[in-house]
Formats: sequence, structure tokens, C-alpha cells
Amino acid sequence: MEQFLYAAEVVVNGLMAGVMYALVALGFVLIYKASGVFNYAQGVMALFAALTLVGLQNGQVPFAHMINATFGTHLDTFGWTLPAIVAIALTALVMVGLAIAIEKLVLKHLVNQVPIILFMATIGLAWFLEGLGDVMWGADIKMLDVGVPKGASEALMTVTEQWTGYGFYIDRLDIWAAAIAAMLVAALMVFSQYTKQGRALRAVADDHQAALSVGISLRFIWVLVWSIAGFVALVAGIMWGSKSGVQFSLSLIALKALPVLMLGGFTSIPGAIVGGLIIGVGEKLFEFYVGPLVGGATENWFAYVLALIFLVFRPQGLFGEKIIERV
Amino acid sequence: MTLRFASLVAAAILAAAPALADLVVPNLSYRTGPYGANGTQYADGFNDYFTLLNERDGGIGGQKVQVPECETAYNTEKGVECYESTKGTGALVYNPLSTGITYQLIPKVSVDKIPLYTPGYGRTSAKNGKVFEWVFNAPANYWDGASVIVKHLLDLNGGSLDGKKIALLYHNSAYGKEPIRTLQELGKKHGFTLTELPVDAAAGQEQKSQWLQIRREKPDYVIMWGWGVMNQAAIQEAANVRYPMDQFIGIWWAGSEVDVKPAGAAANGYKSATFHGVGTEYPIYADLNKFVVEPGKASQGGEHVGSVLYSRGMYAALVIAEAIRKAQELSGTPTVNAAQVRDGFEALEITPERLTELGLPDFGPEITMTCENHGGSGMARIQQWDAAAGKWTLISEFTEPDQEVLQPLIDADSEAFAKEAGITLRC
Repeated sequence: MEQFLYAAEVVVNGLMAGVMYALVALGFVLIYKASGVFNYAQGVMALFAALTLVGLQNGQVPFAHMINATFGTHLDTFGWTLPAIVAIALTALVMVGLAIAIEKLVLKHLVNQVPIILFMATIGLAWFLEGLGDVMWGADIKMLDVGVPKGASEALMTVTEQWTGYGFYIDRLDIWAAAIAAMLVAALMVFSQYTKQGRALRAVADDHQAALSVGISLRFIWVLVWSIAGFVALVAGIMWGSKSGVQFSLSLIALKALPVLMLGGFTSIPGAIVGGLIIGVGEKLFEFYVGPLVGGATENWFAYVLALIFLVFRPQGLFGEKIIERV
Repeated sequence: MTLRFASLVAAAILAAAPALADLVVPNLSYRTGPYGANGTQYADGFNDYFTLLNERDGGIGGQKVQVPECETAYNTEKGVECYESTKGTGALVYNPLSTGITYQLIPKVSVDKIPLYTPGYGRTSAKNGKVFEWVFNAPANYWDGASVIVKHLLDLNGGSLDGKKIALLYHNSAYGKEPIRTLQELGKKHGFTLTELPVDAAAGQEQKSQWLQIRREKPDYVIMWGWGVMNQAAIQEAANVRYPMDQFIGIWWAGSEVDVKPAGAAANGYKSATFHGVGTEYPIYADLNKFVVEPGKASQGGEHVGSVLYSRGMYAALVIAEAIRKAQELSGTPTVNAAQVRDGFEALEITPERLTELGLPDFGPEITMTCENHGGSGMARIQQWDAAAGKWTLISEFTEPDQEVLQPLIDADSEAFAKEAGITLRC
């Protein structure tokens, strides 16, 4: 019985971890679905968004190091702080600005190029954004507090203690992440099904040429989809940054999104969620039962092996569109 | 036009290269990437100490010190590239701040005859100077750290750890695995059981599995061998599962301000080992302010002055500077070469009196290196985080590690290396 309860706790925590992975994977899906581009920079976008949010919240002077080194000044902060909600709104605007800049400076010049060229452009973009974030906001680890609670959920622990005799541990931040992910997916669904821009986005995703022939602006759709992906990156950055501070290793969370995408499919929003949950639960259970027998630290290994197995039997992933090439 | 371009290039090269008589100590640093927050502070302390010597004393023995910096991003391949690209500039010693890079450089420095100084990291058994002629790791190594932590736990438990459970949460890399053998041996001697909990090096932010296991098994103590985000995530998870912070002890690479601050007040009471003092309450800081910070010559504007990692970088520079000074004394010339600096390391003695003269009284343990002993005494102490005050407090005196357990392990490991590499024992 005790082992069963432990395993149940591992499963619940695995589901919660899966939601966190799915938050990152969603941004990849949006851009891939609309433009066929695998955005290597999605993890760095989450980092850049989180850095910008903390910087705005704390009233930090952007590029302070560079300005001080050039002009011999001692700038650090503006001396004011912003409420979390205002800082989040401003950061979202910065991400829209970034989307416009990416479209104007990069994507516009690569129309009709093969996907691998666009993919390589996103690699360049990732390095550029990482450097820009460093120069703008500095390399220090920053505390992010937007009011999301952290730590064990007392209520859940008490209830499960009463029911089962074992108090389950779930981090309140993970519960919030699950709720936010659910709202995000619902909002994305409503947007794509019931708004004009959403329908245009789906049309472009289905067939670029046909969408263009009915007057849909491809450039506008690219700005729109990169803006939404930027917002999703901001949400992912907030949740991961709240966990252990905003720091440059945040960009590595993209590593956890890859197997989720391979499993759920690169073109499906529900696929990102389901893929995240399967990876989260699978890796935690594997570590729980098999980890101790093979020396542990199996989570990343397991996630990629599971994704590989899925690729062999279902290359398009669980929910992805079947790839049919007519000759 | 071509001539003008050629002269511009020549001028640029001459400006970038150290002057012929300068002492060159490359700084293989990392200010970017996942470990940049840690590497930046260490590199600043390292640079600033040499700037202080140049500005206040005119260098070492009248020779200015050049500290060309090369970015490794904590990446082993880039670290080796940095070594290869700077060794031709007359480099006297390397301190790459990475165990992975150290392992790659050990065979190279032996061929190039340039000393490698790895305080508190790198290959532990390099302490054996009979085998590792060109490597020095005083004042303490990983196994010293593990032993001093266990001694602290012994002190807390009336001298006995019999029947206690200790978990080792470690970075799943060459660095993280270093203390396992030592802790196993210490477990046999003191009767505690050791549970090993590796954390994937590439996914340090997600540690749910490890902390759920800690929550279930309730070890009496958790020892952490982490670096970078792994530390912050672990301290936050410990707070989340309500593991008592004063029973959670990290090695010195898991004991800086950047590790505890993200968890806020929840990190209060967390402990770590250290082999040097903390804070700015040492006389040297008056000189640092006067000659380096206030004139605007501090690395990165001096914003990290006094932090744990800044202090460690500064301490590493101090030991190197003293080795160079010793080399000048032994060779009778201020313009020493790398081989002479190696001799300086091997004859180095930093007494408490000398540390006081240098403005850092009681900052580190006494260092005495010999042909056989390249690792010093291995003494270390324990510090504890005070979240309200936002600073580390030293809670133990310098403690000697258990050499009875460590020395046979060092001998066995280094002699196996000597056999494999065909090295004839010196001394």
C-alpha cells in the first residue's frame, strides 16, 4: 500500500512537471503549425521575456553596463518598481515588438526558402537574443516574484493524509502552472476557432498558397504567430523563472520540450499538452522504479528514448497531421 | 591602402599582445551561458586582485601582470581552445575553473610545461606531486571538502554517525561524482549509510524525483555537490518539501549568494563548506576600493566585490601572485617563466602572518606545498546562510580533513594514473 501511495504521488508530480514542459512546447507548436518553421529560439525567447519582465519590474536600466563602460556613468536602476501586472503587460508588448522585428529583419528576407534555412535562421536568432538579454539586463541570477505561490499545498496534504494516511506533496506553483496552461490552451482554441485572425492563421497553416490567393497577408500572420509564441514564452518564462530564479540556464528548458513535441506531434496544441503529460509521468515513474537499478538521472534519457520509440511507430506523433507527399 | 591596413593590423596586434617583460596570467573565464552568473563573479575577483597589484605595487617584483581573458562558457572544448590560443603569449599558469577543462588540460600542461592551479576543483589526486608535477590544488580539494563536512556532522552528533542516513545529491558529471568514493569510505568508518541521488547535468532545474525520494526516505542529512541552476533548484525544492535547511550542506561550489538568494527567506540556515573567508571586513578591501573600484578600474564596475565567488577568485589570484613572487625569489629574476613559476608553487608557503600582511588575516588556511604535496593541508570550514541579513556567517574554525582515509585514496588514484600514463614517480 505504501509503495502504491508513493507511486501515486510520483504520478501526480509527473503530471505537474509535464504541464511545465508543455508550456514550453506550446510555443514551438504555434510557430511550426503556422509556418513550418522549427523555432530553435523558443527557449531563449522564454529567457528573454523573463529577463525583460524582471528588469521592468525592478526598474532596471537596460544596457546599463554598456552605458556605464562607455560614458563612465553609474546607472543601475531608475529608482521605481512596477506592479507585476503592468510589467507583464509591458513585456508582452516588448515580445510583440520583437515579433515585428523578426519578421521585418529576418523572415521577410527568407520567404520561399526551404525549411532548413529558416531553421538555421532561428539558431542565429537564439544566439542573438541570448547575447542581447545579457547585454540588456546582465548575467546575474534574478528573483522573479509575480505573486505566484510556491511550496507544498497544505490543503492537499491534509486531505490526502485524512483519506489515505499519507500526505501527498504537490508544489502550489505547479498547480498554478496547470491552471494557467489550461486557460492558455482554451484561449488559443477560442482564438483560432472563433476570430477572423485565428481562422486566417489556420488557413495559412493548412495551405500557404491557397491562403495567399484569398488575400490573407502572410507577413501579418507571421507577426501574429510570433507575437503569440512570444506571449507563450513569457508565460513559460514566468513559471520556470518563479521556480528557481531567472538565469541563463532557463533557455535549456527547450531541451525538455523536444521529446514532448516528438511525442505529441509538431502541429497539435492538444498534442503538446498530452505529450507533456506522458513525458512527465513516464520519466518520473521510470526514475522511481528503474532509476535506482541503473544509477539514476534517467529522466532526460527516458524522455528522448520514449520519443524515439513513438517516432518509429508514429512519425507524425500522437496528434500530428499525417505526412503525405505526392509525387 | 594595403600598407595602411597592414600597419593598422600590426598596431592592433601589438596593442593586444602583452608587453615583452609583462607577467602573463590568462583568465579562462565564463561570463555567458548557464553558468555565467557564477563564472562572472569569480573572474571579477581574479582580475581585480591583479589590477590591485599593478596599481598599488607596480605589479609583482616590479613587473606588471597582464590578465588576458578568454571565454570558455564552461564548455570543455572551448576551454581547451582558450588554452591553445593563449599559451603562446608567455602564459605562466592556468586556472580554468572547470573540472572538465582541468581533466583535458592535465596531459597538455605536462607537455607544454605550464603549471595548472585548480583550488577546490579539478582532479583531487593531483594533490600527489610525485605524479602530477605541473598541477597544484591547494588549499583544499573535493575529498577534503567531503571529509570536513562529515567532521562537522560528527561534531553535531557527539562524535558518532552510527546508523545515520546521508543522501548525496550530485551533479551527474565528473565533478559531481568526485566525492562518492570518499563518502563511501567515510560511511564505512563512521557507520552511516549513503544514498546517491544524481541530478541530470542538462536538466538541473527539474529535481522532483530526487526530492520526492528525500521526502520519503527522510535522510538525516543531505550533502549537495551541485553547480549553477542545480543549486538554486535544489534549495528551493528542499524548502518546498520542508527539509530542514540546517541539515542540508553543500560543497563550496554550492555555497554562494547566487545559490541561496532565489529561494528568499526559505533558504535561511542552509550550510556549505568553504576554504576561505567571506565578506568585505578585511583590510584588503580598503586598498581595493582606493586603487581599483573608485578609480573605475574594477572588473564589471566592481558590483560583486566581497561576494563568495568574488572572494574565491581573488584568493586564487593571491596564491598565484605569491607563487610568482616565490619564483622570482628563487630564480633571482623578476621576469620568470612558467617552469620557474612551477618551482615557486612547489616551494610556496603562505603563513597566517603573510596573509595578514596581504590584508586578509585568517582568510584561508596556512598553505605549504612541497614536491610530494601539491594540495596543502586541505583545511576547510563551514558557513551558514543568514537570509534576514543576506550574508554568510562562518560557524566553524578551519578543520583538518581525515587524512587517514583520504591519503590512501589519493595514493591509489594517482598511482593508477601514473601507471596508465607511464609516469615515473618524482621526489
